[in-house]
Order: sequence, then C-alpha cells, then structure tokens
Amino acid sequence: MAFRDGPFENLKVPLAWTAAVMVVGGIVAAIMLLLADRPPAVADDLQPAQAAFDAAAGAPTGVLAAPVRWSGDAVDFVKGYFFAVSENRRLRRELREMSAWRDDALALKNLNERYERLLGLQTEPPIEMTTGRAIMDARGPFARSRLLNVGAAKGVRVGNPVLSEHGLVGRIAGASGGYSRMVLLTDVASRIPVMVERTDARAMLTGDGSRSPRLDYVRGQDAVQDGDRILTSGDGGGFPRGLPVGVVAKGIDGAWRVKLYSDRTAIDYVRVLLFQDFGQLADQGALNAPPLSGLKTAPPPTAAQATVIQDVATRRAAAAQAAADRVRAANAAPPPAPASGTQPQTAPQPAPQPAVAPDGGRE
Amino acid sequence: MRRTITVRMVGPMQWIGYPALIAAAATILFAIPLRLFGFTLPEPVWPMVLAFAWPLIRPSMLAPVVLFVLGLFLDLFWGGKAGMWALSLLLIYGAILLASKYLAGQATIVLFALYVASTGLAFTVAYFVTRGSLGNAPNLLAIMGQMVPTLLLFPLAGWLIERFDDADVRFR
Repeated sequence: MAFRDGPFENLKVPLAWTAAVMVVGGIVAAIMLLLADRPPAVADDLQPAQAAFDAAAGAPTGVLAAPVRWSGDAVDFVKGYFFAVSENRRLRRELREMSAWRDDALALKNLNERYERLLGLQTEPPIEMTTGRAIMDARGPFARSRLLNVGAAKGVRVGNPVLSEHGLVGRIAGASGGYSRMVLLTDVASRIPVMVERTDARAMLTGDGSRSPRLDYVRGQDAVQDGDRILTSGDGGGFPRGLPVGVVAKGIDGAWRVKLYSDRTAIDYVRVLLFQDFGQLADQGALNAPPLSGLKTAPPPTAAQATVIQDVATRRAAAAQAAADRVRAANAAPPPAPASGTQPQTAPQPAPQPAVAPDGGRE
Repeated sequence: MRRTITVRMVGPMQWIGYPALIAAAATILFAIPLRLFGFTLPEPVWPMVLAFAWPLIRPSMLAPVVLFVLGLFLDLFWGGKAGMWALSLLLIYGAILLASKYLAGQATIVLFALYVASTGLAFTVAYFVTRGSLGNAPNLLAIMGQMVPTLLLFPLAGWLIERFDDADVRFR
C-alpha cells in the first residue's frame, strides 16, 4: 500500500506549528548546551568538540589569511623601497640614542649579577618558547580569541602565556595537534594578576570585550596613576613575573584601564612561552621525593656478625628477665612494720607570709 | 485553447541552504586578521539576517535546525560559550514567527524597526548569558561595536524577504 493511500493521507499539520515545535526543541537544546559548557577559564583542557572544530577550521582560515599576509609583506616591501632614505635616517637616530642605553644596560647587568651573587638570589631559568602565527581573529564583545597555527605537537599546552614583539597578548585556552586557541587579554573571561611597576602595587587585569582591559582590585591608595607601566606579577604561578602588559590610562567610565603594548601593531607572529607554572622550573623528582629517601638500608650481616648479634640479644633478654623477676619478688614481699615510739610525720607548716600594707606596701 | 501556467517552485536549498552557507562563509571571511590603518574588519553576526528573514518568508521545519547549527558554528568559531548564539538566534526566529501574521506586507521602515528590536533582543540575551556564566559584564561600547555592523546588514534581510516571499506559488 502506498503512503498516499494510507491513514495519513488526509493528515495535515500546520507548518507554523511544526516550525514552532522545532524552535522550542532547539531552544531547549541550546539551554542544555549552555548549562553543560564550562567557561574557558575553568576548563583544564579544550573540549573535544572545540578541539576538533579548531583543527578543521585551522586549514581554511589559514588559507584565507595567507593572501592578507602576502599583501602585507608586499606593502612592507614597497614601503621599504620608497622610504628607504627616511627609514635609514630614523634608524641612525635611534641607534645613536640606543648606544647610550646599551652602555647603561651592560653596566647595570654587570652590577645586577654581582648583587645576585652576593645575596645568593635564585633567579628564574630561561623558559623555552615556540613561534606561531595568528590565522583567525574573533573580535566580538563576547569572545576575543585567536587561532594559532602551533599546537600540542610543538609542546603548546593550556595556560601557556603568549607574547607579541611588544608584550603579553593572552594565554592558550586549548590546544589540538597542529592548532591552538589563544584567549586575548581583552576577552571577557580573561583575568591576569599584574603589578604596577612604579609602586609594586598588585591588581587584577580583567578583560571586558573592549580594546583596553580594566584594572580591578588595585591594592593601596594612590597606587596607580596615568602612564604607569603594568607588568605581570607572577602571583598564583600562572605567568612568569615581569612580562610587559601595557600602560595605565583612565577610561571614559572612570575605571583604570590598560592600553596594551600588543595593541600597537597587528598581532601576526606570536611567541608561546612553554611555561606551565613555577613547578616546572624545579626538579620535580627531588621535590616529590620522601624525606629519608637518600638513606640506604644496611647490608645483611655476615654469619659471624649474626652470631654476635644473636648472642647479644640472648644476653639482653636474660638480663631483662632477671630484672623483671627481681621486681616481681620485691612487690610480693610484705611491707616492713613501723618502729615503736616514732611519731607520724606531719606536713611542714608553711612559713608565715609577710603582712601586706593596706596601701599596697608603698612607703 | 488551454493556457499553460508556469509553476515556480522554490526548494529549501535555495532559500535556506545557500543563504546559510553564505552566512557561514562571510563569518569566516570577516575573521581574517586584517588590519588597515589601525582598523580591523567589523564582525557582524551574519546569521541574524536569516533569523529575521526566514520566519517572514514562510514557516519551515528546517530553518530552526539550520539556525541552531549556525549558532553553534558561531560559538565554536569565535570560541564563546557553546549554545549562546544558538539560543539568541532561535529566540529571534520564534518571536518573529509568532508575529509573522501581523508583519506580512508591512512597510520597510516597520521591518527595519523590528530588525533593530530583534538584534537588540539577541544581544541582550548574549549579554546576560555571558554575564551569568563568567561573572563579568561585557563592555557596552564593545557590544555596540558589533551590533551596529549587524544592523547595517538589514538591506540583505530585506532583499531576502523580497526575493523569496511568495516566490513559491504553492504558498499563495
């Protein structure tokens, strides 16, 4: 029997009702997804769906971004050709200024090394890094992230800090084989512990989807002013201390905000610091070893030593047994009778206390 | 003499499939990290056009499903909260579907006002979802920075409605 001849032949469901049912079903599914999803700041690794999507989206976005990169390189080449003279003059001027700074830096570096040796300071060892390129850019108010063309295959892991040539850009929120997703400092989910270089005051850099993240929880009065440099504080161990972040400025909403160094130019090539936390800089085996693990057990005794040990043990056991017998016999004996004519001893009377004057003893 | 009548049929691929693919492609294209003279490309919510136009063209079982997939695509592509844009787009679709009986044949200015209200509702939902899940409110100026380019896409929604509304004679 054909379907049109069946009992559903005259069944007509209004199209608007079926569409409404689908809408309600979709809304319920979306709410369930929202409830099941964890924020990127809490997730310890990229969820499988997101990782698979990023891996799939990485190739086409990389292809689309390539012409942009090529055109940028071409523009730079043409500008370099036509503005070579002015560029040369500018570089010479900068070189003259930088020469004085270089001498100062070398002197300070030498002095700093001597101070460190004198004080016995334990400085942080250098951290490995890998270079990648941003191939996709999400700039919305609800999510600000970038897809990088380096992933877990190059050692990138969740939490790694990312820097451009000017300063801190963000941190890795998820990594698949060849791609990773970086959450920018401006993302709503981003919170980075920072410090003011001038006053050493601590604060929390909180992204809100705008270009300049907010400075929250600033400790101390007058700890911040316009133009102060902001660095990572290293508090909490998530970031190394001293990474350059930006400059403080007052926002139009009255809050302290940070103009990011990384916002000066396009974020194209970035460096991913392969830094998890300060624990990775120490020898984990030595840190986690039990306290007496360095002590070795004694070798087994020879036959002669075993005989001596046995003899000593037997003697000690016999002496202990004899002492126990003596104590038992002493306890079993009757107590001696008291001698006649002797008075029972009484407790000695306490010496009379000196009288205390009513005025407290003052003369 | 019998006159032949040409029956024009518009399949779901034409008014749902291709526009959805174009919206996804435009989203990917506008995510290129291009920066000219200090300015980046705008990032409008392209599927908002579809969430507004589809229920005004005609009700469909397929459209909400495609909108859900597009919303999920936006969340995964931009790295946001999974389900946020799917919820926002479907709420717009549902609201317009409920009111579609009263909106048919309205002037363009009325439709634009409705589009502004729909976009505002979608961004309000996204704002409160983000604020509730992360405990941090997105910047209102940044929201306007995405909302205004989305509003500028209204001519596309108008064109889509003009192009496909009543195009299929079976729905007349």
